[in-house]
Amino acid sequence: MPLPSKTIEIEDLRLAYGVKEVLHGISFDIFRHEIFAVIGPAQSGKTSLLRCLNRTIDFTPNATVNGSIKVDGQDIRRGDIYSLRRKIGMVAPLPVGLPMSIYDNVAFAPRCAGLSQKSRLDDLVEKCLRQAALWDEVKERLLSLGTALSGGQQQRLTIARALSHQPEILCLDEFSIAIDPVTTMRIEDVLKELKKEITIILVTNLTHQARRLADRTLFLWNGEIVELDRTETVFSNNPGSKKTYDYVNGTFG
Amino acid sequence: MGSADLVGADAPERPRRPRWAVWGERALETIIRLSGVSAIIFVLAIFFFVFREAAPVLFNGHFNILQFLFSTAWYPTSESNIRYGTFALTLGSFSVTALAMALAVPFGLGAAIYISEFSGPKQKETLKVIIELLAAIPSVVWGFIGLTIMNKIIVAVTGAPVGVNLLNGGIILALMSVPIIVSIGEDALKAVPDSYREAALAIGTTKWQLIYRVLFPAAKNGLLAAVLLGVGRAVGETMAVLMATGHAVQIPHGVLDSVRTLTANIAAELGEAAAGSDHYRVLFLTGVLLFCITFAVNLTADFVIRGVRRK
Repeated sequence: MPLPSKTIEIEDLRLAYGVKEVLHGISFDIFRHEIFAVIGPAQSGKTSLLRCLNRTIDFTPNATVNGSIKVDGQDIRRGDIYSLRRKIGMVAPLPVGLPMSIYDNVAFAPRCAGLSQKSRLDDLVEKCLRQAALWDEVKERLLSLGTALSGGQQQRLTIARALSHQPEILCLDEFSIAIDPVTTMRIEDVLKELKKEITIILVTNLTHQARRLADRTLFLWNGEIVELDRTETVFSNNPGSKKTYDYVNGTFG
Repeated sequence: MGSADLVGADAPERPRRPRWAVWGERALETIIRLSGVSAIIFVLAIFFFVFREAAPVLFNGHFNILQFLFSTAWYPTSESNIRYGTFALTLGSFSVTALAMALAVPFGLGAAIYISEFSGPKQKETLKVIIELLAAIPSVVWGFIGLTIMNKIIVAVTGAPVGVNLLNGGIILALMSVPIIVSIGEDALKAVPDSYREAALAIGTTKWQLIYRVLFPAAKNGLLAAVLLGVGRAVGETMAVLMATGHAVQIPHGVLDSVRTLTANIAAELGEAAAGSDHYRVLFLTGVLLFCITFAVNLTADFVIRGVRRK
């Protein structure tokens, strides 16, 4: 088996909000075309870690990032921020439908990137909505408001939107928080399918979701890596750390 | 203390609100309802009283409503042939307002966008305080600036014979409307949730794309309201335009012509018209006309906003 190539290299990443450090110098790599799960209790820095990746952390005024993050060998602080964010799709825990039609929501990013050809946009919108398992429910009313969809539909709409700029890396932060188990399973199937083309980073509170989907799982606790290994190992009866075992089996603390 | 006490004659004492609180609440509700409805009463009452002063002239036999609306001849004190044509005044009001909005809307919305989206927290506070200060300048002071400073500048720059004209009034009115447009527009942009901004920026939009593709659509009602309040201020403004526009009853052919507005005309002549005379009543009728114009503007705006919403 050939050695998988690295797509994200993180080295000694430190993140502080004001004086409070929330990530204490973590280092790891993410390989191309894997599903990489990040698990850990609340306040452990999972979301902050994602926000560092596409530099949405920049929106937080007093956040300071140290260490280096390289995406495809390039330091993210050097390159063009817009192309970085197009390369990394991000799905937030609570869906944010932009106040425009379903079609425009999905066509938003490609249009901003300069695609205006109607037929190509149509194809792209359909493809992304299919990938997000939403097409069948909305194909009759693509021009109605995206914000009028139900919570679960909006979440899938944001997934479609995140896919619309054809990212190489897709980050999902607690995507299943607002959707029912059936839809969650459908999206999980979609993710398995997508893995052939892109890298997926999955932040989740549902350890079982990580177990079902991920190739490798990172257990983050209080801003430090407790364990990072193949998912089978993390969820096995003897993972590298006792703490991991306790957490995934619900006997933490 | 046995259990018999609990099941006994009276149920456990629950806390009960005092009588005055119950009645006080009802009284407050009535007062609030009255305040809400009073707006309708006030509007109707104002219209009624202004119209009552104006009405007799409509039915005195020799008054011609078409001449009133469409004639440019305004000779209320002529010895031989008194004519009350307000068309030039209406046009004066329209042209000054249009010019003022052409200047104030881009400027005001631009400032609102800058304050809301680009300036830092400290700069934002400073700018907002200063703009509110600008809104607090009395209109007579603006008129004075128009009459003295702007007047000289216009004469020097354009070479026009007089500097009190359409251009002067438009600039002064624009300066007066900008603070309103900025503060209402900034409120509208601030009301757009930050999650929209983050969501859009996270998929790689530039700041400018964010503004015109997300913020404008999301805040369009508020921004439209900002513009219309600016229009309202410009149409209704009296003292500043009275001083800055030159007060000549004529149809303007360029921005350097002097004009007179409906409002300025009422303010300037009402003091001289004998109470109860035709002249006096026609001035009140001008007030009714003004009322109708602002009503039409507001109604159109309402329909536009509704239309936008439905779409």
